[in-house]
Amino acid sequence: MVATARPALEAQRLRADFPIFDQKIHGKPLAYLDSAVTAQKPRQMLDAMHTFYETSYANVHRGVYTLSERATAEFERARGLVAAFVNAPSPRELIFTRQATEALNLVAYAWGLNNLGPGDLVVVTELEHHSNFVPWQYMAKRTGAGFRMINVNADGELDLGDLDAIAAEGQVKVVANNLVSNALGTINPVEKLAEWGHEQGAIVVVDAAQAAPHHPVDVQALGCDFLAFSAHKMCGPSGVGALWGRRELLEAMEPFNLGGHMISKVRYEETTWGELPHKFEAGTSPIAEAVGFGAAIEYLNEIGVEAIEQHEQKLAAYALERLGEIPGIKLYGPPPDRRAGIVSFNLGEIHPHDVAQILDSEGIAIRAGHHCCQPLMTRLGVAATNRASFYLYTIPEEIDRLVDGLHKVQKILG
Amino acid sequence: MDDLYREVILDHYKNPRGHGVIEDADASAEGVNPLCGDEVSIYVQFAPDGETVDEVKFSGRGCAISQASTSMLMEMVVGKTAQEIAELPKEELLEEVGIPLTPIRLKCALLGLGVLKVALHRAKGTPLPQEWAGLDELELK
Repeated sequence: MVATARPALEAQRLRADFPIFDQKIHGKPLAYLDSAVTAQKPRQMLDAMHTFYETSYANVHRGVYTLSERATAEFERARGLVAAFVNAPSPRELIFTRQATEALNLVAYAWGLNNLGPGDLVVVTELEHHSNFVPWQYMAKRTGAGFRMINVNADGELDLGDLDAIAAEGQVKVVANNLVSNALGTINPVEKLAEWGHEQGAIVVVDAAQAAPHHPVDVQALGCDFLAFSAHKMCGPSGVGALWGRRELLEAMEPFNLGGHMISKVRYEETTWGELPHKFEAGTSPIAEAVGFGAAIEYLNEIGVEAIEQHEQKLAAYALERLGEIPGIKLYGPPPDRRAGIVSFNLGEIHPHDVAQILDSEGIAIRAGHHCCQPLMTRLGVAATNRASFYLYTIPEEIDRLVDGLHKVQKILG
Repeated sequence: MDDLYREVILDHYKNPRGHGVIEDADASAEGVNPLCGDEVSIYVQFAPDGETVDEVKFSGRGCAISQASTSMLMEMVVGKTAQEIAELPKEELLEEVGIPLTPIRLKCALLGLGVLKVALHRAKGTPLPQEWAGLDELELK
């Protein structure tokens, strides 16, 4: 065990940073248990965006005037912070996108369209969010490549026993998987999948949208080729995300969006592309959002992602224990030491929408639905689940309120 | 907010009227709410005149609101003609349901009515208002 100098996270104290909690919902304090879909925003990040708009806003990489240079410096500083957060070898390999979904589409189109064909295989997992499933399913169909899925076992963990059988069916060219499942919280063995993928000669594309806010991410240690994540799930603003990619792959790829800023030279006869990362950042970027993304990363660094992960694992263990006391509840996913702060469940035959609606009347926000994971829902044999998810500002009392709320649901609908 | 789950809704949810399947139904359709994955199938049997609904049943899965409103719908439409049901305004069902609904929950409450109108449209060629046309296209069976 490595001793950590950083103190444990104090969620109750951190809540003061989040203005959203200064309100009541239906007369009750807000218990926001839906951070997996999007996280709430600390004042530090909001202030950074506000100050940037008030003092330094201009377009970036355009003007020679002071304001434009100031804006560019802040924008590029944010890129450096985001790149360092995932241990990218160089900020030039870090591309700002609208969100993880656009980052994954970028890879599917700009790499997939030119490198996939009949006889090739694209491999995804049954745990994928639609954002790392649908683009690959579509691209496989469009290029004539095969499409295969690594299945999950009863605990919602990937069954890697199928890998050899998949490899025997064709030339594996893409392995696309998430690091943390948004539906079940499963932490996936990305290092192993990356090693296997590279043995096959495939690129390894990691959706880290659910991992980056909660779990240390190191692209070099993971051994992947591309990694996508979104600012809005990690205390940053909506509208900006990031793609990290290996430089040699990014350089060899065709561009994705075409237009201003991404060019080197435009002539009537031909256009040549700009250098990284600009080649993949056509048009005006989400500038203030990128600055906010950087501020969110600084906020998380101050607390420490390891401390956040420990806090969430404690909450998940507590939630599994408390929820397990409720008669008729069905809990999904792996044990707490192998999951992030996400707990998916069903309350007997009661529809998740009814559960979420009644909990809302208690001021408790949880997600009810398929979590953009319909293939996984099919495997679990349900249309939808309830999902409670935690973050650095979640306190155990909110889990107690969730349990009390679920008893109320059973009283009304049971 | 608990008004949503008032007595009459819970009664229909726990004891749905017309729940089941009619084999060899004269008209039937199945619909899905893509937001939540809820599914409902509706089966209609006509009286000897071929126009009046003699029996109607529904099956599927859904939230209390969709199950209760579909159950209420089953009671409302027996004895009506296909044409009358095609012209039945959604407000009439919503009045029966009698609870304030957000736009998202409105879709839950109206799924059954849409599927019934699609079933009649297919069997009898009754008009299908624009708002249900999407349901007809979504439905693949």
